[in-house]
Amino acid sequence: MPPDHDIPLVTMHKVGLVLGGRRILHDVDLGVGKGQIVTLIGPNGAGKTCLVRVLLGLIGATEGQVNRAAGLRIGYMPQRVMVDEVLPITVGRFLTLGGRASRQRQEAVLRETGVAHLMGQPVQSVSGGEMQRVLLARALLREPDLLVLDEPAQGVDVGGQAEVFRLIANIRDRYGCGVLLVSHELHLVMEAADSVVCLNQHVCCTGRPEAVSRHPEYLRLFGHPSEARGLAVYAHDHDHRHDLHGCVVSDQGQGEREKVQGDKP
Amino acid sequence: MDDFILRALAGGIAVALVAGPLGAFVVWRRMAYFGDTLAHSALLGVALGFLLGISLNLTVIALCTALAVLLVILQRQRRLASDTLLGILAHSSLSLGIVSVAFLEGVRIDLMGYLFGDILAVTRGDLVWIFVGGLAALVLLLLLWRPLLAMTVHEDLARVEGVPVMWVSLGFMVLIAVVIAVAMKVVGILLITALMIIPAATARRLAATPEQMALLAGGLGSLAVLGGVAGSLTWDTPTGPSIVVAAAALFAIIYLVPGRRFRRAG
Repeated sequence: MPPDHDIPLVTMHKVGLVLGGRRILHDVDLGVGKGQIVTLIGPNGAGKTCLVRVLLGLIGATEGQVNRAAGLRIGYMPQRVMVDEVLPITVGRFLTLGGRASRQRQEAVLRETGVAHLMGQPVQSVSGGEMQRVLLARALLREPDLLVLDEPAQGVDVGGQAEVFRLIANIRDRYGCGVLLVSHELHLVMEAADSVVCLNQHVCCTGRPEAVSRHPEYLRLFGHPSEARGLAVYAHDHDHRHDLHGCVVSDQGQGEREKVQGDKP
Repeated sequence: MDDFILRALAGGIAVALVAGPLGAFVVWRRMAYFGDTLAHSALLGVALGFLLGISLNLTVIALCTALAVLLVILQRQRRLASDTLLGILAHSSLSLGIVSVAFLEGVRIDLMGYLFGDILAVTRGDLVWIFVGGLAALVLLLLLWRPLLAMTVHEDLARVEGVPVMWVSLGFMVLIAVVIAVAMKVVGILLITALMIIPAATARRLAATPEQMALLAGGLGSLAVLGGVAGSLTWDTPTGPSIVVAAAALFAIIYLVPGRRFRRAG
């Protein structure tokens, strides 16, 4: 683990949240360091999205502390963004709603997330998977210290999901930003994460992906040991990759990366 | 051309130029009924102005803003749906306004004038108010444009990106209140919302960017004012409603023209 991970971007200490008399979260400790990818997993209703909203400062914690590094720039990618048809707006313009940027910058971030061709399209005409990439581009435009991604692979097919997580890992490598990822896609998440936090109103278990996938609490939440192992162990036997549209792309220069990922925990 | 017609056109077009761009936001934010509710309460503001002996425009702005804030607070509770709440407030504040006006002693108020507008009776003093108030509203809208657009598209995202959502919302409500006070004399409180949303909705078909839609809305609103005043003089019809009929006719014409439903952004 690179030493940068010790530089905290955001930390939560004993955070609790009560909404409308219902206890949503209690005693949650969570931290994301520089260059670290932390993945938040948990069953439906575990409070994942609420935890993210507390971390972002969108709702206040009922108890505990949330500390953000001074001057922390956050790039946020919400679960779903639907722009009403009545608002005429292109993808390029949509990007700049988060802050001014030159056309070149807009094109650069769109190229980086693989959707440069959408630049002049109306936002309403892009597909769900494309929209996720547009949102990622908008977050990148802010040159964030911390990326917060809520279900970034939602509505994307399995091949495309692996692509999305690879993209996120690449972005982390290039920008050195911390990443907090909320996801259902257990096996894919395991591939990209430095640390996994398993949440069910409180933190059930946390640690390296390989460790968490064998933790009894994790197994209890996500089913029978055999099933869960089948999901959690990352056994990559793909010999090719897919781009956004599901087309096979050549895999040259990826050999070393694949080998590392292929190492079973 | 007679002076009163020139004053009517100047006042009407000035109002349309402000109501159009603001109306675009009302349409984007799905706040048509919200705006309508605020407009309905304007009569209560008028009564209050007479009662306190101060400027009616100021009391209308103050009352509409206060009601807007009250509405936002009430909408946070979950017991009553938003449209029920708006319906209750719209009609009870209008009725309360009419009842209060009846209580005012020694004042004769042209109720029809306030409800449906009396643009042909616009005075020089009214014009000054319309220009000053309208210009102030436009400047405020220009200042709020970027953050307001960002939070219209996605409020949480805008908030994370540093938009002071509460202040911008409040600013937007003050803007609606000012436009109501400015437009009251022209189309009347019952038809103000029409002047905001019909030109904006019409402009959608022709626009490829938010700014185009806002500017076109102002232009189409001005056309409706010209058409409405002309029609009113030709056929001796009430002017405020004639303007709204003209706006609706423009809407129908633009949407009936065959072609792609919405122009694709380029």
